[in-house]
Amino acid sequence: MQQPTNSSRRKFLGLAGGAAALGALPVVIIRPAEATPAMLAAAIQNVTGGAAVRTGKVKLEIPPLVENGNTVPMTVTVAHPMAPEDHVRSIHVFNEKNPQPNIANFHLGPHNGRAQVSTRIRLADSQKIVAIAKLSDGSFWSASVDVVVTLAACTEEVI
Amino acid sequence: MRFSGAIAAALLAAGVVGAAEIPQAERRSGYDFMKPDTKAMQDEDTANPGMLWVLDGEALWKRKAGGADKACADCHDDARTSMKGVAARYPAFDKTTGRPLDLEQRINSCRTNQQQATPLPFESRELLALTAFIARQSQGAPIETGADPQLAPFIAKGRELYMQRQGQLNLACANCHDDNWDKKLAGAAITQAHPTGYPLYRLEWQSLGSLQRRLRACISGIRAQAYDHGAPELVELELYLMSRARRMVMEAPGVRP
Amino acid sequence: MASALINVPAKAKRGDIIEIKTLMSHIMETGYRHTASGEIVPRNIITSFTCRFNGNEIFRTDLFPAISANPFITFFTTATESGKFEFEWIGDRGFSETASASISVE
Ligand code: HEC
Ligand code: HEC
Repeated sequence: MQQPTNSSRRKFLGLAGGAAALGALPVVIIRPAEATPAMLAAAIQNVTGGAAVRTGKVKLEIPPLVENGNTVPMTVTVAHPMAPEDHVRSIHVFNEKNPQPNIANFHLGPHNGRAQVSTRIRLADSQKIVAIAKLSDGSFWSASVDVVVTLAACTEEVI
Repeated sequence: MRFSGAIAAALLAAGVVGAAEIPQAERRSGYDFMKPDTKAMQDEDTANPGMLWVLDGEALWKRKAGGADKACADCHDDARTSMKGVAARYPAFDKTTGRPLDLEQRINSCRTNQQQATPLPFESRELLALTAFIARQSQGAPIETGADPQLAPFIAKGRELYMQRQGQLNLACANCHDDNWDKKLAGAAITQAHPTGYPLYRLEWQSLGSLQRRLRACISGIRAQAYDHGAPELVELELYLMSRARRMVMEAPGVRP
Repeated sequence: MASALINVPAKAKRGDIIEIKTLMSHIMETGYRHTASGEIVPRNIITSFTCRFNGNEIFRTDLFPAISANPFITFFTTATESGKFEFEWIGDRGFSETASASISVE
């Protein structure tokens, strides 16, 4: 996978008492979300058409520590009925730093019974992930997490 | 994968030279070191990307090929029976060459001698698929490699390679995998290097890969010149590692970070 | 060679909410990587995944380069009647694959 270009080079984990190691082995840590940059905002605007997005109903699950940024399991669940008159229409997942802000759009309907989807995503760098659900009444709900992808070890020495 | 020179320094400073081999009771598969999410990926067939190669392998098994216009299935019938437990005793001694052959080489020997087809390149999708399909028929079986006494001198050579310091980092495989297997390196568990899951899907590769590919990566990691695919040294290393893992359970297709 | 793995329960009770899991072989080349000589490796991804039940669309996903190689997608559906799920993956360079699975609902 590509080396993150601007990731902070963190202190490495010791081997046999204070050894250094290197390699593109990202460690992902989740911390609370921060501000929303322009690209991400524009992509969200595309989906919502400017309607208000409320926090809530949506659960965005990414393991607190993933072993490789190439394949990060992700589950989005919307706590909402899936009835013909009142249901989740779609779920949209975005990221902030990849060249393209979209990760996936999932189109659902009442026949799904449960608004829950899973997939695996690429996280090559620290960034915010946002999931937005569109309901049949036209309202939007969201959840977001900041995912920190670090090179867990020093990468100073490259041949 | 690359490792820094500081590892070598630390390992030397710690004086870990030629420490004891891992006792039977303490042997652990790389699987045991993985996070629950990665384990889950290996555990369930529909979640395990390695199964895609197994499916491809099953299709290839039935496809006629070469001048003989024969499929593997024409001679070996149902792989579920004929290939059961086979991967668990490879590399195996080959009478014609008087040397051990790994499973990939064995498949290619049938390609050339039985099907009269061209050998499949190492790490090609086809060879990985056939290997994965055959190895899958040994899932859950105990590893038996090395029982044949004719293999003894080759196992000894593989062990020598494993114990020998090499590369710019002047490290032996054993320095990491026997002496420091419970430690982490760059956030990754070092593990005991048991080849229980090959061919396996590595998240880092985003693909299935052979044991030789994994070994070559570890050799480059210590800044030594990796042997070419199919080199006798690599087969001897595979043989030693498999015999070292005897009675451990086959997991192919495994998943690793 | 493109293979798909589908996990659909063979049987369900009417009204059960069942999970469907799918795995499709594809490299999902992002279009943002460069070769050693500096050329861009052209994008080659699956862009759309659709599931139909007895001919009607019940689930669809738009995929982007941030989806991992060999896309894995799971979702739920309510078992209403016996029938056939059809799955379709469409992508760059004319990529088009289908798979199907049957369910019997009591
Ligand atoms: C024309 C018949 C023929 C075809 C076609 C053929 N094989 Fe074989 N294969 C053999 C014979 C004969 C042996 C040796 C059996 C023995 O040693 O007892 C063998 C041995 C093997 C073994 C080693 C089994 C063991 O117990 O060590 C493997 C693995 C194998 N074949 C795989 C394949 C694959 C994969 C294909 C298709 C690409 C294939 N073969 C095609 C005849 C065939
Ligand atoms: C500096 C420490 C180090 C040295 C020396 C080293 N390795 Fe490794 N090896 C690792 C680490 C760390 C991993 C696992 C992390 C990863 O996947 O990158 C690993 C993984 C492996 C695996 C995969 C095990 C599995 O569960 O699939 C094998 C096999 C292996 N090494 C064999 C070797 C051999 C053979 C040598 C000597 C030629 C060697 N290693 C040298 C650190 C080392």
